[in-house]
Amino acid sequence: MIKNIAQLNEKKEECFAKMTKSDAGEALTRVVVGMATCGIAAGATPVFKAIEQTIQELALSNITVTQTGCIGMCQYEPIVEITVPGEEKVTYVQMNAEKAAQVVKEHLANGKPVADYTVSAATE
Amino acid sequence: MAEQKTTAIKPLNKMNFYKKQQRLALRNCGVIDPESIDEYIAVDGYQALAKALTGLKPEDVIQIIKDSGLRGRGGGGFPTGLKWDFTARNSADQKYVVCNADEGDPGAFMDRSVLEGDPHCIVEAMALCGYATGATEGYIYVRAEYPVAVKRLEIAIAQAKEYGFLGKNIFESGFDFDLHIRLGAGAFVCGEETALMTSIEGNRGEPRPRPPYPAVKGLFGKPTTENNVETFANVPQIILKGAGFFAAMGTEKSKGTKVFALGGKINNTGLVEIPMGTTLREIIEEIGGGIPGGKKFKAAQTGGPSGGCIPVSLIDTPIDYDNLTAIGCMMGSGGLIVMDEDNCMVDIAKFFLDFTVDESCGKCSPCRIGTKRMQEMLEKIIEGKATMQDLEKLEELAHYIKENSLCGLGQTAPNPVLATMKFFKDEYIAHVVEKRCPSAQCKSLLRYVIDPEKCIGCTLCARVCPVDAITGEPKKLHVIDQEKCIKCGACMAACKRVQAISRI
Ligand SMILES: Cc1cc2nc3c(=O)[nH]c(=O)nc-3n(C[C@H](O)[C@H](O)[C@H](O)COP(=O)(O)O)c2cc1C
Ligand code: SF4
Ligand code: SF4
Repeated sequence: MIKNIAQLNEKKEECFAKMTKSDAGEALTRVVVGMATCGIAAGATPVFKAIEQTIQELALSNITVTQTGCIGMCQYEPIVEITVPGEEKVTYVQMNAEKAAQVVKEHLANGKPVADYTVSAATE
Repeated sequence: MAEQKTTAIKPLNKMNFYKKQQRLALRNCGVIDPESIDEYIAVDGYQALAKALTGLKPEDVIQIIKDSGLRGRGGGGFPTGLKWDFTARNSADQKYVVCNADEGDPGAFMDRSVLEGDPHCIVEAMALCGYATGATEGYIYVRAEYPVAVKRLEIAIAQAKEYGFLGKNIFESGFDFDLHIRLGAGAFVCGEETALMTSIEGNRGEPRPRPPYPAVKGLFGKPTTENNVETFANVPQIILKGAGFFAAMGTEKSKGTKVFALGGKINNTGLVEIPMGTTLREIIEEIGGGIPGGKKFKAAQTGGPSGGCIPVSLIDTPIDYDNLTAIGCMMGSGGLIVMDEDNCMVDIAKFFLDFTVDESCGKCSPCRIGTKRMQEMLEKIIEGKATMQDLEKLEELAHYIKENSLCGLGQTAPNPVLATMKFFKDEYIAHVVEKRCPSAQCKSLLRYVIDPEKCIGCTLCARVCPVDAITGEPKKLHVIDQEKCIKCGACMAACKRVQAISRI
């Protein structure tokens, strides 16, 4: 039970830390998958699973993978966004399980974003 | 090389689609995990509620909302602070807060996205509204076709209860508030506020006459504040950051942003949130990335079946409540359908009217019978059987229905017809007088014809025609029998090399 502003602020600090830092205090890479009705209908669920599974296989650490709401670009779903600490967010579009696994291997494991799958490649 | 490639990746917020957008109602959508109250708290969640319950009087909350200039996003644009004030001023043993998540406008999904992407924000806003107006219970009326939204709302409500943001004595202020979800069957009329409340009460969702207004006699006969999802979505930020923060965005009388579901003949379909006062041109050319296939923009429909179209001549109109009303459209809940030169405006008007004919609840005759008659007249026009007198009658009937229907559904149902008649009268006249559809869309008026100058008599068309409407000797001119032709277009496709067949 949160009963006053002080407790809420304390909780906020704690939640913010949980979103951005590992237990050991290292900055986390954040991977979000658009999973509103539109994203799910376009196949976001297998994409989400593929990301989690590949991260596990490669034993990568300091990464959080989470679902989120609608990112807004219907025809580019499923959309995955990756924010590596200190870097600009990268938006991947029209993902499927294979592409997602490849992104985990190249972007998350090797630090090289897969330019071909990004929104700028899809729209230009 | 790889290095260079990575720098070429353009971040989303620098792309045209996002550059002109400003995310306020949608600020957490696509950012946080909607099923985690902790992530909501991490981005300032429930701070506004804490601030209000521990430091502001109910009337202060109402004053902030009034000063912000927030107006209802459900279509009507009524000032939200004023609405809350009305309910607050009526004393009663029980009052209610209702969130309208019926979202019946075909093609619209703004509210669904908010509920699925940021459900806690609605929970927080409704509690704030309850505190401001003296209500201790709230209902969220969601259509049953939104199972993901319903599930995430249920999770959010349970989490909020666990953390003490719903329930008894919230933030030890003595304020109690509880929330319930009610599922709607998806009838369009149930989005009308009085029908919605009747439906929550367990009765058939039919509108009732106003007055009495919900602020006096609403849900279960008690004073009730009813707002749209997107209206509520703006509330926590306004309370947290102050009225001035919100009032700084938008136009003189329409503050803040508006979310639109952009669809139809446009390159970038999707959900866009723009400051009020953005022009239609900016939405279509910049955010929307223009019209596919190099076609010309003709008009955009706002307000769905209750709204009207904005023609290309008014493409530089800044979008806000009053400008849209002035040109005979309405803001509506946020559907924005783009039409190009291939869309027949009579056909568009009929599309929306077909919808209202189906959705009229039938309680009052101007709407039930009147819209059906209008639909028949439009059919006559589309089939090339109408006279100029029919056009006059259509307009007259449209005004009669607007003035005499009981609820907003009937009062606005003729709008798509009136707006298209106002801006595209020439298209109506072409159907009636010349028996021709200028956009070559209306099947009954379409004709496929063979150009005698070009036809080489190869017989290809006659062979593909499914109803044997084409006759002619090999190497001689072929002719299409208009009586037999079903306008399938197969012959035109077959003659693609010679291109002797055209559609007029
Ligand atoms: C036929 C009809 C359908 C409506 N459908 C909706 C709807 O789906 N969602 C909505 O919020 N408002 C809808 N409205 C408007 C509501 O009656 C009401 O004005 C609105 O929800 C008030 O909230 P606001 O002041 O926050 O906009 C509809 C009105 C009519 C006449
Ligand atoms: S105007 Fe139409 S929808 Fe509204 S009460 Fe009358 S019949 Fe029903
Ligand atoms: S396919 Fe074209 S060229 Fe050949 S017979 Fe038909 S109209 Fe003439």
